[in-house]
Amino acid sequence: MVKGVHLEGVRKVGLPGELATKYAAEGADEILFMDVVASLYGRNNLLPVVREAARGIFIPLTVGGGIRSIDDIVDVLRNGGDKVAINTEGLNRPEFLRQASKILGSQCIIVSIEAKRTGDDQWEAYSHNGREKTGKNAVEWAKEAEQLGAGEVLITSIDHEGTMKGFDLQLIEQVYDAVAIPVTVCGGAGKTSHLIDLAQDVAPDAICCASLLHFNKASLPELKSVLSHAGVSVRL
Amino acid sequence: MICVVDYGRGNLFSIGQALEYIGVPYEVSEHPEKLKSADRIILPGVGAFGDAVDGLHKRGLTELICDLARDGKPVLGICLGAQLLVDSSEEFGVHRGLGLIPGKIKRLPRASHSGAGTRVPNIGWRKLADRSDSPLFGDLPDDPSFYFVHSYSAVVENPSHVAAKIDFNGHEITAVIQFQNIVGCQFHPEKSGEMGLTLLKNFAEISH
Repeated sequence: MVKGVHLEGVRKVGLPGELATKYAAEGADEILFMDVVASLYGRNNLLPVVREAARGIFIPLTVGGGIRSIDDIVDVLRNGGDKVAINTEGLNRPEFLRQASKILGSQCIIVSIEAKRTGDDQWEAYSHNGREKTGKNAVEWAKEAEQLGAGEVLITSIDHEGTMKGFDLQLIEQVYDAVAIPVTVCGGAGKTSHLIDLAQDVAPDAICCASLLHFNKASLPELKSVLSHAGVSVRL
Repeated sequence: MICVVDYGRGNLFSIGQALEYIGVPYEVSEHPEKLKSADRIILPGVGAFGDAVDGLHKRGLTELICDLARDGKPVLGICLGAQLLVDSSEEFGVHRGLGLIPGKIKRLPRASHSGAGTRVPNIGWRKLADRSDSPLFGDLPDDPSFYFVHSYSAVVENPSHVAAKIDFNGHEITAVIQFQNIVGCQFHPEKSGEMGLTLLKNFAEISH
């Protein structure tokens, strides 16, 4: 069980780097920098932040938002990032996922899926950070992305993300069962019991926390200790 | 001075930052002269085996690294760089490696049929088991955790070349291979927090 940190955009430049350092010191297993406004302001907003973070943080760094070309990925890797999370460009151009994983290795390519519930048992994948419909079934897209070479799935429920009301367990279970690659879950944790429910019900490979940490609802050492007591395997 | 070999396939920045952080002098280079003059060599690697071999060939570094390693210069391969140390790999066809440690690179066994357990790629922090008493592990606990991200791993011919393992869905997977001055870590020490920095420091201090 890994816990990452989903940093919300670049609205407060300077803050992401400080938060990342704090979380790394507190025992985060991985840091996820997500540039949620990449398409509005163009690329590279996060690169200086990643570069700075990589000087003092020696845990894996993943960068998402606005990854559109092989050059974009190479830039991330050159600036200290280890993996990229790709959503929009993969949906627009599935071949990009194949090309990227062939050239840089599957281990470097995470398909980020933002899913919105459209029925009892149905979710649609959205692009542009949850703003645009694509007509693609989110679970089917996860399978397709695995076939194309993605090494990991990052699944976010648009309905639950930022609400702190808990995870969409049904969505996560369906995605987890559909693929054979690791699944990291993002979006929805509002209290520690949500993490325990998720770890015990579906047992995904990793859970990513944002609001829970950003708004000081819980600290990483606390989360790890509670999960560990509940029998979930965590790095202490 | 450590030479971090730049052959077009590595997270050079991260390795450099880690070495800088622990105060070990290093140089990133693709020039044969720099490899020769360095007192130890780090062979990084991210990506596919075949591409990496091509990258070394193109720069005329394949034979040189083998010669320097056989002459006793400490060499540390990281992740794909560790895989390059053995004879061959079955990733995307069969490719020849440096052949410094007899063995093959094979795909990790898949998780159980239901998909439960650890999946491939093996991504995350794993505890080492059965580690040797190599000075590489000096100041580390018996079961330190390191960050892994890989789909293939080494199966070496001589069990004494296995310096540490991890448990992977009930299978023993090679985590560290070592033959005298030649070491390969399947995990990323530069991404494994304090434990990783300690291991890098140990490598920088291993005597010839």
